[in-house]
Amino acid sequence: MGKRVLLIEDEPNILEAISFILSRDGWTVHTHEDGETAMKKVEGFPPDMIILDVMLPGRSGFDILRDLRASEITKDIPVMMLTARGQEKDRELALRLGANHFMTKPFSNAEVRDHVKELMGA
Amino acid sequence: MSLGPKSKIFLEQAGYRQRRVRDAVRLLPLLGIVLLSIPLLWPRLEPPEAYSSGALVYIFGVWVALIAISAFLSRTMHADDDEAAPKGGSDA
Amino acid sequence: MPMTMKPRQRVDLMLSFNLVITISLCYVAILFMVAFLAERRATMGNATWLYSPLIYTLSLSIYCTAWTFYGAVGYAARSGLEFATIYLGPTLVMIGWWWILRKLVRIGRAHRITSIADLVSSRFGKSTTLGMIVTLISVVAATPYIALQLQSVTLSFSVFAQSNGQVWHQADLNATAMWVAMGLVVFTVLFGTRNLDANERHHGIVMAIAVEAVVKLLALLAVGVFVVWGIAGGPTEMLARIDNSSITLWDHNGGRWISLLFLSAAAFICLPRMFQVLVVENADERHLAIASWAFPGYLLLMSLFVVPIAVIGLDLLPTGSNPDLFVLTIPLSEGQNGLAMLSFLGGFSSATSMVMVATIALATMVSNHIVVPIWLSMRPNQQAVISGDIRHVILLARRLSIAGVLFLGFIYYRLSGGGAALAAIGLVSFSGAVQILPAMLGGIFWRGATRIGAAAGLSVGLVLWLWTLFLPSFGADAVISQAVFDHGPFGWTWLRPQALFGIGGLDPLVHGIFWSMLLNTGTFLVGSLVSFPKPLERLQGAQFVNVFEHSAAAPAWTNAAAGAEDLLIMAQRIMGSTDAQAIFEREATRQGKKGYLPEVTPAFVELLERELAGSVGAATAHAMVGQLIGGSGVSVEDLIAVADEAAQILEYSSRLEAKSNEQEQTARALRDANAKLTALSIQKDAFLSQISHELRTPMTSIRSFSDILRDGEMTDAEQKRYSGIIHDEAIRLTRLLDDLLDLSVLENGQVMLNEQSGSLSELLDRAIGAAGLLNSDLVILRAPEVANVTIKTDLDRLVQVFINLIANARKYCDARHPRLRISVHDRGSHYYIDFVDNGSGIAFDNQQLIFEKFSRLSDGAKAGGAGLGLAICREIMRRLGGDITYLPGQYGTAFRLRLPKKRVPHALAQT
Repeated sequence: MGKRVLLIEDEPNILEAISFILSRDGWTVHTHEDGETAMKKVEGFPPDMIILDVMLPGRSGFDILRDLRASEITKDIPVMMLTARGQEKDRELALRLGANHFMTKPFSNAEVRDHVKELMGA
Repeated sequence: MSLGPKSKIFLEQAGYRQRRVRDAVRLLPLLGIVLLSIPLLWPRLEPPEAYSSGALVYIFGVWVALIAISAFLSRTMHADDDEAAPKGGSDA
Repeated sequence: MPMTMKPRQRVDLMLSFNLVITISLCYVAILFMVAFLAERRATMGNATWLYSPLIYTLSLSIYCTAWTFYGAVGYAARSGLEFATIYLGPTLVMIGWWWILRKLVRIGRAHRITSIADLVSSRFGKSTTLGMIVTLISVVAATPYIALQLQSVTLSFSVFAQSNGQVWHQADLNATAMWVAMGLVVFTVLFGTRNLDANERHHGIVMAIAVEAVVKLLALLAVGVFVVWGIAGGPTEMLARIDNSSITLWDHNGGRWISLLFLSAAAFICLPRMFQVLVVENADERHLAIASWAFPGYLLLMSLFVVPIAVIGLDLLPTGSNPDLFVLTIPLSEGQNGLAMLSFLGGFSSATSMVMVATIALATMVSNHIVVPIWLSMRPNQQAVISGDIRHVILLARRLSIAGVLFLGFIYYRLSGGGAALAAIGLVSFSGAVQILPAMLGGIFWRGATRIGAAAGLSVGLVLWLWTLFLPSFGADAVISQAVFDHGPFGWTWLRPQALFGIGGLDPLVHGIFWSMLLNTGTFLVGSLVSFPKPLERLQGAQFVNVFEHSAAAPAWTNAAAGAEDLLIMAQRIMGSTDAQAIFEREATRQGKKGYLPEVTPAFVELLERELAGSVGAATAHAMVGQLIGGSGVSVEDLIAVADEAAQILEYSSRLEAKSNEQEQTARALRDANAKLTALSIQKDAFLSQISHELRTPMTSIRSFSDILRDGEMTDAEQKRYSGIIHDEAIRLTRLLDDLLDLSVLENGQVMLNEQSGSLSELLDRAIGAAGLLNSDLVILRAPEVANVTIKTDLDRLVQVFINLIANARKYCDARHPRLRISVHDRGSHYYIDFVDNGSGIAFDNQQLIFEKFSRLSDGAKAGGAGLGLAICREIMRRLGGDITYLPGQYGTAFRLRLPKKRVPHALAQT
């Protein structure tokens, strides 16, 4: 398929794990680790889907999501949010800001793969 | 790209030449305008018919020269165009 | 080659008029076949030869109309070499193709331009008004020219009739003209409007005019060769006869010479029919490079024998013969009937090919920019616009327009009486078309050109052209009375049509061109400078002016699947991938196909445009789909460029908004402070959620990688690496739990302090050993005083603090050669122990934050380990009766430990 997933996550090991399983499924995975510059990265090269961590250095995933939805270029890119805080209000906030899916860490690999597949419309 | 450094240098030179060819193409109409305006500077003769065949030969001579230069330049440029612009007509 | 021609007296085989008619009809039938076959080949898809540079060059020859074929000789007989300007102008444009033509062709392809009116209209924000103005100018300017073609065909028929002894009356001429016009309508409708085809190409017509181009060239060359070698006796004799002739070849009229060069050069790109063959029918940009010399060559050959024919005609034929018909009458008078017939076919070809292409071009413009907009605006319900039978309407409009344009030409022919010299009408027509030049060139080279400027310039140009050239061309007292010529309208002498602003004495043509172009251009420039473009105009302007940056190469529009893919890309961009893919998939399924790429049927395009309109508004959706509709695609870069521009505009407007809201920021700061206070009360909440985060993060890695390991199928190296990660993360988790426990013990004051004495140096050695400096560049420098300090406190706890600080420096010091400087100061009751590294330090805002639990710094650094390190340090130092603070102004990250020489006993009792 080769559709592009952009993974924005600052934890290198999680980054590596998700990259591995998604690449194995045939997606092209790009990664980015910084909140501050994430928007620039997305707008410069809009992916087909974004996996976005909430807790990022620089700017929170919620801020980035808000920007993504406000930008003409990115407003329709499916976004799956990841958080390790696991609070219900985070989920509500994410969905209200326009996230397409919200996942709490830790998750099973199958969960990630299924949701990516679903959001990609495959 | 499996080009060695040597062929790269060659490409550089070719690219330079191509640019100058393009400059020449750009300048050619100006040359044409100048050459075609020169008869206006010819001294006025009495009677004016005196210029008849001379003027005819001059104008058509300039014309032929412009066509020849243009043909030469477009041929020089053509090869490069083929490479620079991916082929349009390749059907699937 | 007809080189063997010698004057042969074969009066018995005199061409009967009926024979002429028969041959003409056969010729038309052959053209019909050629067009039909080309059309069929093209639909079958194996018509690559149709796209050759040769065909392209030949199709450009419609520049040489009957005006050239018959009129050039007449022109030369009257004004000498001036006739050549009409062909030298296009020569200059063609050899300088890199400047303008290349850009026009690229824009034409990138934006699916269908006509010159479409070019101007879409450059200036898809303006309907501009499309109408340009169409109006083109139709008005072309009508006399079409009349001219009808006239020349009719006249050439009458020449044959008269040579047969028949006497033609005006009624015969009119009837002939009408039949010719009707025949042309049928031919053009048949091959010009077969379908709303991909980018308006007409293979049949193009092939037919290519054949006609060859016929007319051969015919003129044959007559020329006959004149030079057959009559004059060779080139040298010919030149001598030219010198002796009464024609003034060169008359030093610089104004006319330069004006006409400009006029013909400009008309070459502004005439609707030339734009049609140059840009719209262009199949491959590279053909331009060849046509750049081949077409001037064609023009040269067409002009080569014009002067000889004129000279011989004046010598040979009785005075008073119409020099416009010398090409026909010289062979006839010499008894060369075959040559005369060929010449007749040449003239016939010139006229018909021009009329066909001109009517197609004009009909496209009339239907797209006048009929359809009016039809749409008459529809009450906007929905009907898109869903209805718009294709039928357009086709019908086009067919009616073809008939209408030819009918207009016929009417003009009837009204003008068919008497005026051919060349004069040709130049007036040219100067009308040229009024489009400023808007067109300005549009493709200057981003600042605006719709208002273009509309104003075009209108001014149109009015001036009508007043100074077109209306006067009917002659005094025809439309404009002699009194107005002499004294101006209402006695305003400065408005005299041939002496505007009181400047008389100029050649009327030069006068008209000068004023109309000057004021047209001036109005266009000023109008553009003072007006402000709409967003769509700016988008289009950027796209047109920078067309080479946006579309690196002209793509080929071959298969419809490419079009579907481009549509999908665009749709995803606009409405989101899920929705877009759903629509495409649904359509593909409906068509019985798999995947996301359906056939691009008109129904599907309509559907898609409606869907898109929901997202971006109807106008933009229409514009975007319109670019793609021709079964072909705009490049992705183009769309991204559009999107970028749109984003910029959005950003710009939101920035304006931000500025106006500046005062509000103060209020917002206060609100923020308030929010912080509220935040404090929920800190406990936050702490829990932080712990959750810190625990779940390593758990995520562990779970994920163990899943991966369980899946198997990986290299040994990968397996090793992933087990390693799991191991590390498990350790991290353990340490975190230890820290948490530690912290909670410290905070609850349940810690038992074990007081001992030890030298600071030894304690540092222990800390350095435990801080994991093995694989680190960090250099630790100890101040000399350190060696002399002995401390009495809970040494294990103090070492724990040291370890934390050293480990922090190891992890976060971002200097190229990281150094940590440890120094100690004796301050009476306390020792101050400073840890200063040479990194970039911690921003002022964060200097307090770092001691909070799980603090994360906004400058990208993470708090030590799990974010508990410094919190634990602070807790320990407090237990030890001291403190830890951040020490600002040290050009690096600096911590100061304050440690009492003697522990204050009540510190324990504090809690």
